[in-house]
Amino acid sequence: MNALILSAALGVIMMFSGILLKSKSAIRMLAIAGAALLLLVNLAEMNGMVLFHVNTRGMIVFDQFGLLFNTIAFACTLLYFILSGKDMEKVGNNFSDYFALIFFICCGITLTSSFKSLLILFLGIEIISIPLYILTGSDKKNLKSNEASLKYFLLGSFSTGIMLMGIALIYGTRGSFDVARLFGPGEVPSVLLMAGLLLLLFSMAFKVSAAPFHFWTPDVYDGAPTVFTSYMATVVKAAVFIAFIRLFDEGFGFLHPNWKIFFVIITVATLFIGNITAVFQQSVKRMLAYSSIAQAGFMMLALFAMNTDAKEGLLLYTTAYCLATIGIFAVLVRMKDYTFDGFNGFAKHQPLLAGVLTVFLLSLAGIPLTGGFIAKFYMLKAAMGASQGLGLLIFAVLMAAVSVYYYFRVIQAMYFKEGEENARIETSAGFRYTLVLMAALIILLGVFPNLLLGFFYF
Amino acid sequence: MLINYYIFLSLALFCIGIVGVLTRRNAIIIFMCIELMLNAVNLLLVAFSKMHHLTAAAADPNAIAGTDAQIFVFFIMVVAAAEVSVGLAIIVMMYRNVHSTDVNFLNRLKH
Repeated sequence: MNALILSAALGVIMMFSGILLKSKSAIRMLAIAGAALLLLVNLAEMNGMVLFHVNTRGMIVFDQFGLLFNTIAFACTLLYFILSGKDMEKVGNNFSDYFALIFFICCGITLTSSFKSLLILFLGIEIISIPLYILTGSDKKNLKSNEASLKYFLLGSFSTGIMLMGIALIYGTRGSFDVARLFGPGEVPSVLLMAGLLLLLFSMAFKVSAAPFHFWTPDVYDGAPTVFTSYMATVVKAAVFIAFIRLFDEGFGFLHPNWKIFFVIITVATLFIGNITAVFQQSVKRMLAYSSIAQAGFMMLALFAMNTDAKEGLLLYTTAYCLATIGIFAVLVRMKDYTFDGFNGFAKHQPLLAGVLTVFLLSLAGIPLTGGFIAKFYMLKAAMGASQGLGLLIFAVLMAAVSVYYYFRVIQAMYFKEGEENARIETSAGFRYTLVLMAALIILLGVFPNLLLGFFYF
Repeated sequence: MLINYYIFLSLALFCIGIVGVLTRRNAIIIFMCIELMLNAVNLLLVAFSKMHHLTAAAADPNAIAGTDAQIFVFFIMVVAAAEVSVGLAIIVMMYRNVHSTDVNFLNRLKH
């Protein structure tokens, strides 16, 4: 509850800070301090210090899983502000509003990670989506940004309509929005309930950009200003995944055999389309958009398996994936050329940044000693634990092997190709230290995953 | 009155909305069709709410069961209003740059 109220308040404060504070660095510092405060109060709540007591009538319950995810999301937001806060200045004039919108997204993330009622799920998803439509179109003069935001808006609200229809049909059969009472053991699902479940599944798959509902993702991620693509592709996607797993675990857990087959189809399609299409991309930004689809396919394995390993694995996966992708995007924003050739000779001009980027890319590809490897391992272990998971597991490993190709293309360009001067970018010392810290965190996570998972059980 | 009629009516409205979204080319009309989908859901929720309430009230006249869907409808209206304000702003921004609201213009991102 701390983070929910504070993030909404911070959003309003940031909106007014644009009028009161003239200096851009003061606004940025305020936002970074706000994100740090958000992280602190959430950690305090994990340790039992609840500052605000609100009777939500059981519609929101803050449990360890949700709070731990909030911590991960807020920590990533803080790192994102430190790394990319300066780059937001170049997008447009309304500098403080971008921070305000991101704090409102944090508010939505708090709701999606702790909902117990379908009403809160709907509100959380919408509070995340509406600021994102604005952020996508924030580069007002740029046609690509306009197009991406209109496309995202039309398709996003279309899928919201489908989600609402699903909720209405489920309400019709159950007479309640309470997630815990959606389906009990030993009941026979009615046609209306199954129809509602499918509609909910489709709209959630759309929001996490799982195939065959992924078609909007590359266009929107490519068209949006790169700073905001970074946030959309990482923290937001992870938050929707948490909502997805909560809904299908707590709400429809007893129907697992009925909807499992849909997840098999979605997982296979997402892994295949994401990885194969990423191979043919020429722009690193577009490659990362497809890679985010491919990584979503791996996270779908958790939904297929739906056991303890899956929940632990999803937390690890989101941490490793968010850290690595935010890091890569932070460097990419400052590049002049987004193609693979733009990275030629990067290691010669920027040896430190090239080394850090290599760690991030290795983690995304799932090479041992990085967080990405242990996260993928957990996902495969979860799929192995579920019945009939072996075929899916083999397919996922094959697709992970494909993904090595396009991640290593960047590493190859950085180290083994002769580059021109355009690979030179300007960075501050703080930027470099933060990136090194993130790379260290990824390696630490790969060696001692229990540092993170320990919080889950205490 | 039977609940079936309400279900058929709102599903029909919902399908008109979906077909409109998929076939129309004008961004504003697509947007209207999305609103139609949301309102079909509102109608269905209110009908279900009344149905559950009547069942509960038959046993206990003071029952409040089934009224939560009507609250949900208010939330949908508020969210839809927020979406309208953002959506129309995006369409206006688009119109200023290309002087059209035709979504066929949206092909610059396809390389």
